[in-house]
Amino acid sequence: MRFSFNWLSEWLDLESSADEVAKRLTSAGLEADSVTPVGVGLDGVVVGEIVDCKPHPDADRLQICTVKAGDDEALQIVCGAPNARTGLKAPLARIGAALPGGLKIKPAKLRGIESNGMLCSAPELGLGDDAAGLLELPEQSSAGTPLACLLGLPDWVIELDLTPNRSDCLSLRGIAHELAALEGCALRVPDMPPVPAQIDDTLAIELKAPADCPRYAGRVIRGINPTAATPAWMVERLTRSGVRSLGPVVDVTNYVLLELGQPMHAFDLERIEGPIQVRRAAENESLVLLDESDIKAESDMLLIADQTKPLALAGIMGGADSAVSDETRDILLESAWFNPASISGRARRLGMATDSSHRFERGVDPELQRLAIERATALIIEIAGGRPGPVLDESDPQHMPATHDVDLRPARVNQLLGTDLASNRIADLLSGLGMQVAADGERLSVRPPSRRRDIELEVDLIEEVARLVGYDALPSKRPGGSLRSQVPSEKQVPERAIRDGLQARGFQEIMSWSFVSSADLGRFQMTDSAQPLANPLNVDMSVLRTSLLPGLVRTARTNLRHQRSRLRLYELGHVFSQDTSQGEQLRLALLLTGQRHRESWSQPSLTVDFYDVKGEVEQLLATAGHASTELELSDAQVPYLHPGQSAQIKLKGQSIGWIGQLHPTLLDELDISQSVFVAEMDWRRISDRQLPSYRAVGRFPAVRRDLALIAPESLSAANIQKTIESAAGALLEQCIIFDIYAGKGIESGFKSIAIGLIFREVSRTLTDEEIERVVSSVVTRLQQDCNVTLRGTN
Amino acid sequence: MAGPGESANKLESALAEVASAASARALDQLRVEWLGKKGQLTAELKTLGQLPAEQRREAGQAINQMKRTLSEAIESRKLELDRAALEQRLASEHIDVTLPGRGVDPGGPHPVTRAMDRILEIFRGMGFAVATGPEIEDDYHNFEALNFPPHHPARTMHDTFYLPDGRLLRTHTSPVQIRVMKNQPAPYRVVAPGRVFRSDSDQTHTPQFHQVEGLLVDEGVSFADLKGMLLEFVHAFFEDELDMRLRPSYFPFTEPSAEVDIRWRNQDGSAGRWLEVLGCGMVHPNVLEHCGVDAERYTGYAFGLGVERFAMLRYQVNDLRMFFDNDLRFLQQFR
Repeated sequence: MRFSFNWLSEWLDLESSADEVAKRLTSAGLEADSVTPVGVGLDGVVVGEIVDCKPHPDADRLQICTVKAGDDEALQIVCGAPNARTGLKAPLARIGAALPGGLKIKPAKLRGIESNGMLCSAPELGLGDDAAGLLELPEQSSAGTPLACLLGLPDWVIELDLTPNRSDCLSLRGIAHELAALEGCALRVPDMPPVPAQIDDTLAIELKAPADCPRYAGRVIRGINPTAATPAWMVERLTRSGVRSLGPVVDVTNYVLLELGQPMHAFDLERIEGPIQVRRAAENESLVLLDESDIKAESDMLLIADQTKPLALAGIMGGADSAVSDETRDILLESAWFNPASISGRARRLGMATDSSHRFERGVDPELQRLAIERATALIIEIAGGRPGPVLDESDPQHMPATHDVDLRPARVNQLLGTDLASNRIADLLSGLGMQVAADGERLSVRPPSRRRDIELEVDLIEEVARLVGYDALPSKRPGGSLRSQVPSEKQVPERAIRDGLQARGFQEIMSWSFVSSADLGRFQMTDSAQPLANPLNVDMSVLRTSLLPGLVRTARTNLRHQRSRLRLYELGHVFSQDTSQGEQLRLALLLTGQRHRESWSQPSLTVDFYDVKGEVEQLLATAGHASTELELSDAQVPYLHPGQSAQIKLKGQSIGWIGQLHPTLLDELDISQSVFVAEMDWRRISDRQLPSYRAVGRFPAVRRDLALIAPESLSAANIQKTIESAAGALLEQCIIFDIYAGKGIESGFKSIAIGLIFREVSRTLTDEEIERVVSSVVTRLQQDCNVTLRGTN
Repeated sequence: MAGPGESANKLESALAEVASAASARALDQLRVEWLGKKGQLTAELKTLGQLPAEQRREAGQAINQMKRTLSEAIESRKLELDRAALEQRLASEHIDVTLPGRGVDPGGPHPVTRAMDRILEIFRGMGFAVATGPEIEDDYHNFEALNFPPHHPARTMHDTFYLPDGRLLRTHTSPVQIRVMKNQPAPYRVVAPGRVFRSDSDQTHTPQFHQVEGLLVDEGVSFADLKGMLLEFVHAFFEDELDMRLRPSYFPFTEPSAEVDIRWRNQDGSAGRWLEVLGCGMVHPNVLEHCGVDAERYTGYAFGLGVERFAMLRYQVNDLRMFFDNDLRFLQQFR
C-alpha cells in the first residue's frame, strides 16, 4: 500500500512528520518500506501560462515565449521544449528559484535573447521521469499559483508492506483509524453525504451465486461529460499511490479504492444488455479483459455478466468490451462484496494480481459498499457532471459475514503477555481501535468494527492489546522454568563427532543444491527413481537429487578448475527417491582426488587410490564406534564406478552404501582428467551404535607368528582372513596382512601374502605347543579350503 | 721391585696415556694394561711379598693409591669422551627447524553448519532438545496444521516448490512442531534445524536455505518468556549485548506474532542499523488444538530464524549466494 502523506493528513489531526508516522506504523506491525519526499524545494516555482510563442531568430529549436506569471506580470523566456505552445500551462521557475537538482535560476541570454526564468519538465523538479517536454499542468490552474500549492507539495510517499491479515489498512481510511488509535489523535472523516437520485434509471441485479457474492451495489449515472479532465489534486494523489490517471470515471473508482478500500468498477451502460448477473463461470467461458488478455475462466471463478455475455471477472478485472471509453456518457457503477474464498488464488492462477483482487482476497469491509457508491457518485458528478439514478443494492443477508462479539478475559491477556493490565485499560485500548467494548462480569465483550475482518478470536484481541501497549513496553523474563535435561541418546553417534573426525583428516564440508538437472543425474545413471519438481525454477534445478555424488563431483570439478588438484570433500544431506522403500534419506558422501598427502619436501608424491577412500570409510566407522570386523566390502557393479574398483559397503551384513573410483567415461564427460574416488553411505545406519560392554582385559603376553603364504591371485584378502579366523578360533586376537607381492619370483596367477597372527589367552600364558597346534591347523585349512600354501613348501 | 721414583714415573706415563686416549676402547685397553689381572700395577702388588715386612704396608698403600688415581683418571676420561661423543652426535643431528612439518591440512565445516552448531549449542544449553523432520512434506504439516487455510493469502508469502503428487518441499521447519506435538504429550521444548525451500532466487534469496525453528509449550508460558529467551540467545550468539526490539507482525501459526530486530554495532562500537533477524510469536491456539494440546491449559511460543542470515552477520559474509557456490577459497575461511 502506497499513499500520499498529505492525503492521510487530511483524515487526522496529525502533528507528526512523515518519517515519524512511518516509524510509528512500523512499530505497530504496519511495516513502512520507504518514505520518499516529493516536491521538496519548489520555492519560486509557479504556474506559468504561455501567452505567446515565436521562433528564435538564431536557433532552430528554441522559441521565445511570453509567459504570464501572475495577474499582470509577463516574462520573456527562451525555451527549447518541443511541447512549448501558446495556451500551455507549465511550471515556471522564477529568477532566484533553486531547483531540487541544484540549479539556480538567474537572468540569462540565450543566443542573444534575454530569458527571465525557466519553464520546467517533471524531472527538473524531481517530480517524475518524463523528460520529453515541459510538465503540462491542468488548463484550469491559474497563472502565478505556487506549484507546490497546486500539486499539494511538498509531500511524502509512504509505502507500507502489509501482512495479509491487515486488509483494513489497504486504504487511507483504515490507516487513519489505526494511526488515530496509535497516536491518540482525532479522526477527521471527510463528509460523504448521500447523493440524491435525479433520474429513475435502474438495472436489475441477480445474485446467482449468493455465497460467493452476497452483496452487489450499483448505480446508473447518465450524461457525464466525456471530455472532462481529472483535477490535478486527484491525479497527483493517484500518481503518488502508483496509479496512472485514465480519465475521470476510472480515476474516481481508483480514488475510492485507495480512500475507502472498496474496489469499484464502472461499466459503459450502453454495452450492457438487460439485468446484471453475478454467477459462476461455465468451464472455459472466455472473456477479454481490460489489459487485452483473453482468458478462459474456470468453473470456480466468478463473473459479472449481462443476459448474453460475461462483462467482468468478478473482483479481479473488468472486461474490455464494457469498459468506459472516451465516448462514454452513461455508466453503471459497481461496488460489491465478494467472499474472499471465492476470489482467493484465482488471479494468481491466471498470472494476474490487481489492486482489486488483492483487497477482495484479504477481505473488504462488508458494510462499505453503499458509502463507496455515494462517494464515487459525488466525485464523478463534481468532475464530469451527470445525473445519478437511485442506488441499487442487492444483498443476501444470509450469506453476508456475521458480525459477532468476541469474549476477552483480561486475566488471559495478562497471562499470555506476562502483563498486569487493568480491565478498563484494556477496554480503553480496544475502544481506541473503534471496537465496542462492554463489560460482562469477568469478561469483556468486544465487537470489532466491520473493517477489522481479522478479529475473530480472543487471541486476536490480545494481539491488539499487545500492539497498542507496544511490544517493547511488554515485560521480559530471563529464561528459567522447569529445567529438563535434554541429552541425546548415547546410542546415536553425534553428527558432530563424525564431522570433526572427517575435518581433522582434511575433509572440507560442502553444501550443494538439493535440486539437480536430469542431465546431471543421467550422467550417473541415477534418473530412474528421481523425483521431479512440478514447478522448478529452471531446468538445471528441476529434479530432486537422488544422491549426493553429482553435487560433490560438480563441486570437485569447479574447484579443480581453480587449480586445486588435491581435494578432500564431504557432504551430509538428504537425498530423495520415488522408490517408497527408500524415500528420503540422510546420507554422507566423501570424495578424494589428487595427491595423497599435501605437497611436501618429506613425503613421496603419491596419488590417492581405492585404499585411501576405503581407509577413510574405515576410520569414519571406527570413530562412530563400529568394530572393524563389522565392515565388509564386496565387489559390485555400479554404473558410475570403475568396474574393477567398486564395492558395496556392508555394515553388520546390511548394505549401507557404495564406494569406488568414478568411472573413467564419466570423468571424460565431465572433463576431469584425474582419478576421483568416492563413497556414499546411509547416515542412519552409520549413526546407530551400541553401548560399549566391558570384556576382561588380557594381562598375559601375546604371541605373534608370521606366515608367508602363496595364494591364488583372485583369492580375496577377506576370504583368507575369514578362513584363518575360523580355523584359529578364540585364541586369535588379531590377524594383520603386512605384505602383498605378485610378480618376479612368484608363479603367475599367484601372489605372495604375509600375515601376522597374534594370539592371546585372557587368563594365562600360551604354550608353544598350543600355538604350534593352532598355526598348523590354520595352514591346513588354508591349503584345503583356499589352495593357499606356505611359501617355500611346494 | 721398582723404587718409589720409578713407580711414580710409571704412573705419570699411565696418566698421560689415559689423558690422550681417544676412545672408550683405548681406555679399556689401558685399564687392562694397568689395572687388569695381568696389569702392571697389579703385577707390582704381587711383588710386595718380596719386600721386608715393615716396608710392605707402605709400599702396598702407595700402589693402591696409584691404582685409585689411575682408575679415577680413566673414569673421568671416559665421561669426558662420552660427553664429547654425545656433543658430536647432537651436533650432527642438527636439523632445519624451519622446514614445514608433516601432517594433514585440516578441512572444516561449512559456514552454515558452523553457525548452526553454535545456535544449537546455545539452545541445548537452555534445555531444548533437537528434533528433525523430512524435507519433503505434505500440505497438512507445512500449511494446514499451522493454521494456513487453503488459498489463504498468507500462503503466497511462501513461494512453494511442489511435487507432481501434490506434496511439497517444506518452506519452513515449522512442520516439525506439528510432528513433535502430535507424537508426544505436552510440555515441549524443542528446536528443529534443517534445510527449507522457497522458489525464489535473486541477490538476497536462494531457493534453499536453513532454518532453526523453536517451540516451547508449557503451563504459564508468556510473551515475556519469549522476549527474555530471545534476548539471551542473541547475546550469546553474538557474544555482545546488542539491543533488540520486537515489532508486531503476522504468521498464521502464532499470535501475537513479532519480527525481531537487533541493533548492529558499527566498526567503532557505536550503535548501527536495525537488522531483522528472526520471526516469533505465541503459538496460535488453533495450532495447539490441531495437535490435541489443551490450549487453555498450555501456552507457548515458537520462533524461527534463518541460519544463513546469522552466519552472514557473524562472519561478515556479504553475498548470500557464496554459501552454495562451494568455492573452497570461500569455504576454507571458516575452519
